[in-house]
Amino acid sequence: MTGSLFYFLTFLTLIAALGVVFSRNPVYSVLFLILTFFSLSGHYILLNAQFLAAVNVIVYAGAIMVLFLFVIMFLNLNKETEQHKSALVKVAGVISGGMLLIVMVAALKDAPVEGYNAATFNSQIGLVENLGKVLFKNYLLPFELASVLFLAAMVGAVMLGKKETGERHF
Amino acid sequence: MDQIPEVIRTIPLNYYLFFSTTLFVIGVTGVLTRRNAIIIFMCIELMLNAVNLLLTAFSAYRSDANAQIFVFFIMAVAAAEVCVGLAIIVMIYRNIRSTDINILNNLKW
Repeated sequence: MTGSLFYFLTFLTLIAALGVVFSRNPVYSVLFLILTFFSLSGHYILLNAQFLAAVNVIVYAGAIMVLFLFVIMFLNLNKETEQHKSALVKVAGVISGGMLLIVMVAALKDAPVEGYNAATFNSQIGLVENLGKVLFKNYLLPFELASVLFLAAMVGAVMLGKKETGERHF
Repeated sequence: MDQIPEVIRTIPLNYYLFFSTTLFVIGVTGVLTRRNAIIIFMCIELMLNAVNLLLTAFSAYRSDANAQIFVFFIMAVAAAEVCVGLAIIVMIYRNIRSTDINILNNLKW
């Protein structure tokens, strides 16, 4: 049961990711990306990382994708606006991506990846209680610095979005 | 100890390795082939998520909580990056009325 669920979610994720890359309309790309994020959240739940699954849905599928969709609608890009570039560039891109895939699979094929250790296994590590303890005990300084990063990003976005004098309204 | 999740018992860790590699390569292909700057941004998100998935898989298999904290920080940084990046794209659109990266060759010479 869980095995077939894993394969189904993997298939769904990869198909949706291909849909992001190859769909013509940017709005469809965003919708496929939302599907990718939801299926990745399913993977996180399978791996017993409930906190990350919830954060993934809230942050990525909720906040970031709404921002993308808003910008696409705002700039009125919701149609095929790319002019057809030569197929050579597309073929070259796909071939170089495929070569990268082949090289990485060949390199990782014989990698000695150890599985789980049944003696010391703890299935509770992905839960909010345990992650909160680790976060606020060992990673308190990076957590605080993240707030500075968000402040800087917020100020930067406001500065970039401000209209300059004499700029035309579109 | 407590019960081990079924996916960890039945699926080898290598499968996650290959799955995450494939997702990453799809993101790279999107960056190489598309021309709309917003779609290139979305493909960067795909690559970040491939790394997130691999970190989570390793963390769950080795039962080590630190990698999941790293995933949390990656998500936070990605949110800040998207915020600033989309502001830059909107500003570029205001100036040249397009988000096609082939027009954005001002830094070429």
